[in-house]
Amino acid sequence: MRLYFGRKLFIYALTFFVAVTIDWMIPRFMPGNPILNVMARIGASINPIAAQAMYTYYQHVFGFDLPIWQQYLNFWSALIHGNLGISIYMFPTPVANVLKSAVPYDIFLLVPSILLSWYAGNKFGAYAARSKWLDNTISPLGYVLTATPYMWLGIILAWLFGIKLGWFPIAGAYSFNVAPSLSWPFILNLLHHWFLPFASLFLVGFGGQAIGMRNMIIYELEADYSHYLEALGAPKGLIRRYAFNNAVLPQITGLALSLGVVVAGALVTEVVFSYPGIGYLLLAAIQNQDYFLIQGCFLFIIIGVLLANFVIDIMYVIIDPRTRRGMMGEMA
Amino acid sequence: MKRLSILLSVLVLLSVLMAACQPAPATPETVVQTQLVPQTQIVKETQIVTVAPAETTYPRNETIYVSGAAWGPASTWNPFQPGSLANTTGTLGFVYETLFDYDPLKGELIPWLAESGKWTNDTTYDVTLRQGLTWSDGQPLTADDVKFTFELGSKYNALWFAPLWRYLTGVTAVDATHVSFAFKDPLYQEWTNYLYNLPIVPKHLWENRTEEDITTGANEKPIGSGAYLYETNAEDRNIWIRNENWWGIPVFGKPAPKRIVDIRFSSNNVALGAVIKGDIDLSNNFLPGVATLVQQGYIKTYFSKPPYMLSANTAVLFLNTTKKPMDDPKFRRALAFAIDVPSIVTVAYANLVKAASPTGLLPTMSKYDDQQVLAKLGYSFDTAKAKQMLAAAGYKDIDKDGFVEAPDGSKIALEVTCPFGWTDWMAAIDIIAKSAQAAGINIKAATPDYGAWNTALMGGTFDMTLNNWATMSNTPWTLYNLFFRHPIQDQMQSGNFGRYQNQQMFDLVDALAKVKDTDEAGMKAACSKIQELMLTEMPMIPLWYNGLWAQWNESTWTNWPNENSTNPTLPTTWSGYWQMGGLMTLINLKPVPPAQ
Repeated sequence: MRLYFGRKLFIYALTFFVAVTIDWMIPRFMPGNPILNVMARIGASINPIAAQAMYTYYQHVFGFDLPIWQQYLNFWSALIHGNLGISIYMFPTPVANVLKSAVPYDIFLLVPSILLSWYAGNKFGAYAARSKWLDNTISPLGYVLTATPYMWLGIILAWLFGIKLGWFPIAGAYSFNVAPSLSWPFILNLLHHWFLPFASLFLVGFGGQAIGMRNMIIYELEADYSHYLEALGAPKGLIRRYAFNNAVLPQITGLALSLGVVVAGALVTEVVFSYPGIGYLLLAAIQNQDYFLIQGCFLFIIIGVLLANFVIDIMYVIIDPRTRRGMMGEMA
Repeated sequence: MKRLSILLSVLVLLSVLMAACQPAPATPETVVQTQLVPQTQIVKETQIVTVAPAETTYPRNETIYVSGAAWGPASTWNPFQPGSLANTTGTLGFVYETLFDYDPLKGELIPWLAESGKWTNDTTYDVTLRQGLTWSDGQPLTADDVKFTFELGSKYNALWFAPLWRYLTGVTAVDATHVSFAFKDPLYQEWTNYLYNLPIVPKHLWENRTEEDITTGANEKPIGSGAYLYETNAEDRNIWIRNENWWGIPVFGKPAPKRIVDIRFSSNNVALGAVIKGDIDLSNNFLPGVATLVQQGYIKTYFSKPPYMLSANTAVLFLNTTKKPMDDPKFRRALAFAIDVPSIVTVAYANLVKAASPTGLLPTMSKYDDQQVLAKLGYSFDTAKAKQMLAAAGYKDIDKDGFVEAPDGSKIALEVTCPFGWTDWMAAIDIIAKSAQAAGINIKAATPDYGAWNTALMGGTFDMTLNNWATMSNTPWTLYNLFFRHPIQDQMQSGNFGRYQNQQMFDLVDALAKVKDTDEAGMKAACSKIQELMLTEMPMIPLWYNGLWAQWNESTWTNWPNENSTNPTLPTTWSGYWQMGGLMTLINLKPVPPAQ
């Protein structure tokens, strides 16, 4: 057991180091120069002498005047001290603050939609696999939902429920006419704005999960062990339970991974519903070559994915007897 | 699993609430807020949420909702961050004020903090401040503050106005309301520009700040002298509240909206929906196809007919004069005739813009267009003429592929660029490429990523590209200074991207900068020399005027400026435009009386 986790942890540490290094390198390989983008936003309002002085100044502020290896070492030493640097695009806001103010919206939006669509999708998928009636209704719906371009679905929802019926607002995380306060009306306001983007993500996720689960169950029910059990005269419920236990394994992996990348935000949702979050900022950061903000976002994505994998490793030991047995054999 | 997910959702919900509640409003109402704080805490501790504190809702008829100025979350309130760096509109104009404002429609300076200002001799400019100016913390605004602000430029090179000190030699605070500026060989045209662009900051709050704080500090919770105060901000909004003690209320009148909520929508169609519904009052976003909605009466614009919008800046095709064949003035002139500007206006913009004068000057500056030069050297779309000019200059299609080759026989294959995602410009460069191809010039449209495009622009590695950085200004010098920035440096960060090198032209532009701005005849003479040389050499091609995008809904606020107004001001919320009439627009607004 200790050997198993020890080896895993070593691999995770190595992966983290390599991934973070790549994360540091990739933005710097992009064509272009972030300080020139800053200068472009200043525009023509300053004369060339001032432009030159400012350019040099910003180069220095961000440490771009140092040799590249020095920048890399500085990056690690800052990271170890918990310093993610200062955003170039949102200068002079520290990256940590940018993330802190934007990421909660994504978690608020994505975590419930991922969990609920996973739960409901798998439930329905599993039912659909053994009910002709459900399979003929839910499954086509699932296909339509997953095949619909999300942008389009979002716009349709916003148009129908936001503009046509006027049930839900079409922009913002809370009304533009309220100041945040810890009060029921404000919480309701927040939920009211949250519902439509949430529903759109839920629908799409639901379709995908339901179809995945349905196909998986059908596959498992057709597997040799199911037929063997059937031949032995085992009750249908037992076979289904075995099939479900096997079918849910890849779904759990998928769930953990999609939770791991929550920090990347949901760009399209944010655009369609004008909902705040990190997705839009990450896009702006990439367009403006904000090295530090890109790094910061991806750092959390790396950590998220690694954590998710680690949790899956532990989960598998618990839920999959084969893994458990493998480890035993290893120890013997 | 289900219970787990519910638990998680609750946790997440709570975390968002905490995050959302963080930016508590910092306003004159703070007094009320602080009283409420213990109450909220009790509620939190005991977990009994019984009576929530009165929700802060902004009354609709006292609030104006605007969009189109911010493109990201606000990050700085430093008034010395030029251009659109701050992602927030209003730091300059609402909070910090300038000595003068400028009305581009009338072309005159409006005394603002200054009561008057004049050149007492060729090298001395005297400013008299108004009586009774105050900062929003109650301290008086005096000549010392003005002196302090200008002198920051002599101390710190990284401030945008530092180069003013090339010809400014000293600032003297004569008494509390009189400031005297001494110059050596002043650039009169540029000085006037500083007068309405340099925000005055309070000495008593800024004198102990470090260089870093002054040049790039975020200056949170800014204290200024202006009509509005910073109230709060969130990722997608900036909120300003009226300064009831503003010194300007007796002079200019009280701005009608008590609050300004400046919203950043992440896509233009959301802004469009909101302005049609009347959820926002003024949208300064570029909304393609808005003409139809104006005709159907959903929303209003400055003009009721094309081009609907005032012209804000000139879209110019910069040609890289260091590359062949753009180094040949004959080729450049032929290209100017080959570009189908009428289609750009009608197709790419659906009539929301106007074709530009070949001189590049905005309609507000049209008195500086030399009509004789234009008659002789102007250009207009004419494919046949372009072909003829190319042939006369030795550009012939030798290999019969439909495109001309250079006089030395080498093939021509050029790219016209703009950043990916700038949809109106992408449509425009397509038209440029197609119409040039029709005249036999092999030009293809390309849309690199913004960063790559920008690096090519400043580093001079592009073939030809669009730019529109010369905005409304008090002087034609602003435009020609952008066109003919000199000297040519490694990185051309603020103009002359095509690296056009011509000392004669540089001298002409410098001469214009030194004409007194009261000497209109002198300015005209200097401009016509520049225009004659420019249109002969054609180092860049002015194509059309981008609009001052503005569409509004009159369900809550009326009396917006339009073509019939007796005293029109600019209907815009863009950064840098508040002191060019944007604030006067707010002052002139009238609330719609509630329906009976």
